[in-house]
Amino acid sequence: MTNDNKQTKISLSGVYKSFGNNHVLNGIDLSVNKGKSLVVIGGSGSGKSVMLKTVLGLIKPDKGVIKVDGQEVNNISNKEQDNLMRKFGMLFQGGALFDSLLVWENIAFALMQKGKMSKSDAYDLAIEKLRAVGLKSDVATRYPAELSGGMQKRVSLARAIAEDPEIIFFDEPTTGLDPIMADVINDLIVKCTKDLGATTLTITHDMASAKKIADNVAMIFEGKIIWHDSVDKIENSGNEYVDQFINGRATGPIEMQL
Amino acid sequence: MSIKEKTKFNPITWVLDVCEAIGTTITAFLGGIGRIAIFAGKAIYHSFTPPFYPALIMRQIINIGYYSLPVVGLTALFTGMVLALQSYTGFSRFNAESAVATVVVLSITRELAPVLAGLMVAGRIGASIAAEIATMRVTEQIDALVTLSTNPFKYLIAPRIIAGVLMLPALVFVGDIIGVFGGYLVSVYSLDFRPENYIHKTWEFLEYDDVMSGLIKASVFGFIVTLMGCYSGFNSGRGAQGVGAATTNAVVSSSILILIFNYVLTQVFFS
Ligand SMILES: Nc1ncnc2c1ncn2[C@@H]1O[C@H](COP(=O)(O)OP(=O)(O)O)[C@@H](O)[C@H]1O
Ligand SMILES: [Mg+2]
Repeated sequence: MTNDNKQTKISLSGVYKSFGNNHVLNGIDLSVNKGKSLVVIGGSGSGKSVMLKTVLGLIKPDKGVIKVDGQEVNNISNKEQDNLMRKFGMLFQGGALFDSLLVWENIAFALMQKGKMSKSDAYDLAIEKLRAVGLKSDVATRYPAELSGGMQKRVSLARAIAEDPEIIFFDEPTTGLDPIMADVINDLIVKCTKDLGATTLTITHDMASAKKIADNVAMIFEGKIIWHDSVDKIENSGNEYVDQFINGRATGPIEMQL
Repeated sequence: MSIKEKTKFNPITWVLDVCEAIGTTITAFLGGIGRIAIFAGKAIYHSFTPPFYPALIMRQIINIGYYSLPVVGLTALFTGMVLALQSYTGFSRFNAESAVATVVVLSITRELAPVLAGLMVAGRIGASIAAEIATMRVTEQIDALVTLSTNPFKYLIAPRIIAGVLMLPALVFVGDIIGVFGGYLVSVYSLDFRPENYIHKTWEFLEYDDVMSGLIKASVFGFIVTLMGCYSGFNSGRGAQGVGAATTNAVVSSSILILIFNYVLTQVFFS
């Protein structure tokens, strides 16, 4: 068991969450091994973002146990929460850049908050991270609102990796981008996570992206994980839900709420 | 159940329905008060515990204090002027014109400057705080703060509340002076008072407590406006609609709370 725990970086067991009558998570069981990349696929509104947020402590689950590095994280103090967050980098679905701050201040935000770093060091680090995501340093002194969607995604990515986190979550990193920019982002994600040796959990409904990033793929449906295996098996999963999803068919066991 | 059965009037179910409606309204109302009180407690706690963000506090002080000066100044000026006119009309009917200066200064310092400044700031600052924080909620910027190991109460809410509590008294103090000056202008230039007389009368019955009570009220109103702005924004619903509703809630609730607390504080101070 101890051996097992060393391997398992994140685990969710029996996680439930409802908003009023909207039962979003209905007993999620999922684990990610250290240094691995798990991609979670599933339809819009199936609770993918809510699941990520329960791990980050942004949404309190109604029931269930969530562990990071073998430590339960459901009921931790503010202080422990702050420390836990240091392990994490998160790329939000909408970017979630602070629009009152310059691009470089966004990237260096966590480093400057802790006061560990002088302003000029933080600036240099931000420039370095901008380069890592393929942006030029002249972007640094602009506001997020002045950038295109693809550039904003890259800046968010730079912010997510700024602290060299052990764990990175990507919430729909390629949604809303053109196919070429999407592929650029995919490559960046692969490169950054390889460089950092990070454990990652990515949400997407872009199959090309999933195949590129994933070691393992899990599918969420009606608040449960209905399939979880290595990415090579996805074409022959033998699961009709997965088949319908990856082939994008309108007919099948998954009925869209229209 | 047929439609006929449903519409038939049954006094017992009617009474029960009314009781239920009243009950749910009251529990919702008390629940709301409870949530605001908890939020206020957290906001106060985080205002007094490190880390502090002096640069952010300074920015809010400028935003709330400095940029509200024109609005509050104009409000005070015209209120002082109209007070002089109205009280002159009244007092001249029983030859008590000399009381105009006293009435102007007491009404301004004790009531009108704090209440009107509070209401103007509720419209200007409460709305913008709510809209800004609600937008941050809706675009996940508040979630992003947490994942960057930063407490939103310390980073977003405490600076605004600190600035509100400090700056409203400053604004009201300036408003007091401008309001009295407005009364002076009208009295001297249009009602033919002698300037030195008017100034003498202004000081004659003015007490320290009159000004001080107004400033304490202002501080409480500053707390109310910034707290309700933050609370509505922080708990905003989703989407653009959520932001709109948060803004309206902030202005309406803080305006009503200002009027209620104004009465309560007056009662406490002067009875
Ligand atoms: N903060 C919230 N309050 C109420 N309902 C929410 C909240 N967050 C998400 N939901 C609901 O949970 C469901 C799943 O949302 P989400 O996880 O964002 O879906 P997705 O899988 O597309 O990321 C949706 O029906 C959404 O309306
Ligand atoms: Mg989502």
